[in-house]
Amino acid sequence: MATLDLMDVRKSFGPTQVLHGVDLHVADGEMIVIVGASGCGKSTLLRIVAGLETATSGHVRIEGREVTGLEPADRDIAMVFQNYALYPHMTVAQNMGYGLKIRGLPRDEIARRVAATAELIGIGPLLDRRPRQLSGGQRQRVAMGRAIIREPKLFLFDEPLSNLDAKLRVQMRAEIRRLQKRLGVTSLFVTHDQVEAMTLGDRLVVMHQGHAAQVATPMEIFERPADTYVAGFIGSPSMNFLAGRLAEAGQAVALEAGPVIRFADGPRPGPDGMPLTIGVRPEHIRLDAAGLALALELAEPLGSETVLHGRLPNGEALVVKLTGPGPRDGTLPVALPAEALHVFAADGGRRLDPACD
Amino acid sequence: MDRKVVFNQKLLPYLLLLPQMAITLVFFFWPAGQAVWFAFLRQDAFGIRTTFVGFENFTDLFADPLYLDTIRNTAVFSTGVTILALAVALLLAVLADRQIRGATGYRTLLIWPYAIAPAIAAVLWIFLFHPSIGLIGRALNDAGLPFDYKLNGNQAMLVVILASAWKQVSYNFIFFLAGLQSIPKAVLEAAAIDGARATRRFWTIIFPLLSPTTFFLLVVNLVYAFFDTFGVIDALTKGGPAKATETLIYRAYVDGRVNLDLGSSSAQSVVLMIVVILLTAIQFRYVERRVHY
Repeated sequence: MATLDLMDVRKSFGPTQVLHGVDLHVADGEMIVIVGASGCGKSTLLRIVAGLETATSGHVRIEGREVTGLEPADRDIAMVFQNYALYPHMTVAQNMGYGLKIRGLPRDEIARRVAATAELIGIGPLLDRRPRQLSGGQRQRVAMGRAIIREPKLFLFDEPLSNLDAKLRVQMRAEIRRLQKRLGVTSLFVTHDQVEAMTLGDRLVVMHQGHAAQVATPMEIFERPADTYVAGFIGSPSMNFLAGRLAEAGQAVALEAGPVIRFADGPRPGPDGMPLTIGVRPEHIRLDAAGLALALELAEPLGSETVLHGRLPNGEALVVKLTGPGPRDGTLPVALPAEALHVFAADGGRRLDPACD
Repeated sequence: MDRKVVFNQKLLPYLLLLPQMAITLVFFFWPAGQAVWFAFLRQDAFGIRTTFVGFENFTDLFADPLYLDTIRNTAVFSTGVTILALAVALLLAVLADRQIRGATGYRTLLIWPYAIAPAIAAVLWIFLFHPSIGLIGRALNDAGLPFDYKLNGNQAMLVVILASAWKQVSYNFIFFLAGLQSIPKAVLEAAAIDGARATRRFWTIIFPLLSPTTFFLLVVNLVYAFFDTFGVIDALTKGGPAKATETLIYRAYVDGRVNLDLGSSSAQSVVLMIVVILLTAIQFRYVERRVHY
């Protein structure tokens, strides 16, 4: 039960800088998901919090206490690893009790807590088995049990679900969330899976090339992505980006593809003719007889919906998601609703919000 | 594994097996069989008369207090060599495992002693421990500690243990290093997060996970100390002073080759053969059955 503060955390491996100054405040009991593509520095950030890596500069504070220079053992944290990292020569009970034994708890107290935790996560009958006799999902549970039994200040999850099959992953995801809510332990969860990120996190940190591109609630990130990277990363299929220019004194965008669309939420600052990137999610695109002709190239029927890939007359690619079955080829007239547009500066990709009046 | 090769005729498979069988027969079964046969014979010193004596060579052997001394020597020697060689190799492997920069160079240097012939290794140790020409030997004597492994039996034992263990450290080191590197890093990190410090991690995680390697090396080192240390002992002490460093294998050589008592020497060889068969059996039985992580 604690807060976590990261202040300007930087990390370089030799000449390669992987973290360019990350700031983060995690409130007590909050579940923060760090999401990003591989190599974005998310695992390094987690390992710095754990004390398995040392930050090149910056500070880590747990419950206000400076832990930057402390060993993992002194930080009172628990971590669930991607490959579970169970101790292969110990039984499940010994695995879970290891941390307590090191803290010098009496034997009967350890046994009592192991039994209680095993009950909580549903591995009671497995206590005498060794890790190699367990299935992937069971190992995952033991790893969870080993983390929660110590009642640490902080839970760290390093892609714990990525070795599980799809069905189990969904199940464990829900279970982790339930458990975390119930125990109320502040948690950091690293994943590259956006669905995991959206469903698990109170707030998300979208990492991109060593920066925290955006820190916000899942819905805020979905509805108001801070830049084109976040916009493209969250949402499936990913957001379409079309080139355009600011027009009508900031009131509208003139798309390269043809139409001029007035902004639904007010004018953007900047001179007319400023290059923009317009984002629109595939599911927000409507069919409209008066719209642009989309030449279809590929249709992906998914049952409840259909994903169509095509090209606009000016050659720009566009993906459309329709509910129900859709056409397989030919052309499709599509319209971009003004209220669904995301406006980004073409230069740098930052989000442009309506100018304050 | 159900990959059977089917031969059209019966002859070819036997022909293919023949070279291996011939080598095993000529170089192992024949001499071993001869040793067993000689163990039941007694020959006079000139090799003119040979009589069958049954188990007398063996009963004589175990009634001989000097042979019992040799057994004791061998026990001390092999225990010393095994523990020393394993402990030093494990220490070096742990250090080498931590080392990141220059690791290959460090490892190569540590593996070198294995490539040195036993006699040359012994000469190196003479240059270190000889009371009048050895570096350490002279330093000890100059410091007022009387040191002469050619006169003092315990010191002689110490020197042959050191020299023999040193030879074996490289071999053990390679296996320990491989064992250490096969321990998943995440497991050690998990232990660190669970609150275990380096020493604790070593004894509760690393050492148990290395136990299959350790057990394998234990048997290999015992076999080495029993049978492969002849060269080192011969070059350093020749079993002396006063038989203080005479091990079973060395005595078998002395009795057969120097004292020309072929019957007794063969009986000793048979005893040694039984020991090696036992050690190998233990190894197969337990190493195969042991849990491999």
